[in-house]
Amino acid sequence: MAPTSKIVLRFPASIADKPMIYYLVKDFGLMVNIIKANINPHKEGTMVLELSGGRYQEGIEYLRRQGVIVQPLSEQIVRNEHRCIHCGACTAICPAGALYIDRPSMEVRFDDDACVVCQLCTRACPVRAMEVSF
Amino acid sequence: MGVCRTFDEINEKIRQGKVVVVTAEEAVAMVREVGVKEAARQVDVVTTGTFGAMCSSGIYFNFGHSSPRIKATHVWLNGVPAYGGVAAVDAFLGATALPENDPLNSSHPGEFRYGGGHVIHDLVAGKPVRLRAIGYGTDCYPRREIETTVTIHDLNEVVLFNMRNAYQNYNCAVNLGSRTIYTYMGILKPHLGNAHYSTSGQLSPLLKDPFLRTIGVGTRIFLGGGVGYVAWNGTQHAPRVEPGPVEGSIVAAGGTLSVLGDLKQMQPRWLVGASILGYGATLFVGIGVPIPVLDEEIMYYASLPDDKLFAPVVDYGEDYPARRSRTLALVSYAELKSGKITLMGKKVPTAPMSSYAGAREIATILKEWIAKGTFLLTEPVQPLPGPQTQVVLNTLEIKEG
Repeated sequence: MAPTSKIVLRFPASIADKPMIYYLVKDFGLMVNIIKANINPHKEGTMVLELSGGRYQEGIEYLRRQGVIVQPLSEQIVRNEHRCIHCGACTAICPAGALYIDRPSMEVRFDDDACVVCQLCTRACPVRAMEVSF
Repeated sequence: MGVCRTFDEINEKIRQGKVVVVTAEEAVAMVREVGVKEAARQVDVVTTGTFGAMCSSGIYFNFGHSSPRIKATHVWLNGVPAYGGVAAVDAFLGATALPENDPLNSSHPGEFRYGGGHVIHDLVAGKPVRLRAIGYGTDCYPRREIETTVTIHDLNEVVLFNMRNAYQNYNCAVNLGSRTIYTYMGILKPHLGNAHYSTSGQLSPLLKDPFLRTIGVGTRIFLGGGVGYVAWNGTQHAPRVEPGPVEGSIVAAGGTLSVLGDLKQMQPRWLVGASILGYGATLFVGIGVPIPVLDEEIMYYASLPDDKLFAPVVDYGEDYPARRSRTLALVSYAELKSGKITLMGKKVPTAPMSSYAGAREIATILKEWIAKGTFLLTEPVQPLPGPQTQVVLNTLEIKEG
């Protein structure tokens, strides 16, 4: 089975209303974890998801045939270690458990492998220690 | 309980390098091992610490006279307004002040990227800061406007003067409502999605001397990485100590400190500007208070562990904004620090808003200062009102004019 990969899908306005994720699951048996989805005022859609399953490549080809632009997720979150004061304000906000408190040191740890780049922490951090990098 | 020692005796030991100092965390472990009586016999000083966002902080400063002179009525540092309604070149900059052109919450939740707390951090870091001032012009102060760049070294006095810091105990904030809210206690998810607290528990200064027996006007403290003093009680000072839900536990509330110190000897690491999403700008302040072990009772309270210190859980969805005082539950700092509490039958993830790791480091630094002999203790010149005074806070009621 192919490893899980995080990808960005960009849907042109003409196909933004099609239930493509449904077909990824039904026809290709893929496991989908939608991290973020957005449709802009021009009706173009963007979706960030984790995708895994044996027929991963076929699924990606299917999406491309439908006109979806598929790109690997190149954004990542980096912690500015110098700036972090280990308050912990990000830890209950992080949906992926990537930011958590180590006990008993009570220091904040960041596991970037677990990070789903939802970017909530970049706004929740009082000292702006969480940064998006491309 | 018999007196063990006096301030003078402790200071004499500090001078001779014979003082025994432990952090409040170490005191907890020690008392568990040898008991209060023996710990009180051995230990002279217990150090505490806290490193959290404290909005009622600020600096007053004097920026020197220009030629020709100006009587500044309005002053800005890096575009953040300071209060100029005092003498010609004096001003006060508050931690939560924001530039007039900040979008605030017009696009909710606002980001509040740069405010008074950030200016204070930049100043203490030695960074150049843009100073702008205007005045109306007088015969003795003819100039009407000035704009220049200054660093902390160019200013005369720069005094960190905080009206209310180091809350004895604080609410654990939750949201019972159905939408996410953005508060000074952080982002609170709906339907008890998370619980945020903001006290260093067993390291917290006023929780470790809950009856304020040793902390008063003139107490020398660790402030922002340098030395500071307790100036007075903080605003909204209303200390309380009630018995908690388990034996030997306490629920303390409401004691606060007003503190001050020379900003020029403080460190940017312990004064950090902060932006609280949807709420505003503020300043993380590092404070450490030494507690002299004058007798066993002082050691008893200074060594109370997290599972004997309780915090009230309060709804910030509706109750808090409406000033409705309702405590949903009492939870211990041991539970809060575990990362999960159970509330109304639901498991709720917890997160701190103040840095426990920072608090521990402050208590350790203060311990080293005292052990090295560079930091002597001061006996308060006046006590602060303690819990026995039963201070009741006034509320503000709306009256017809």
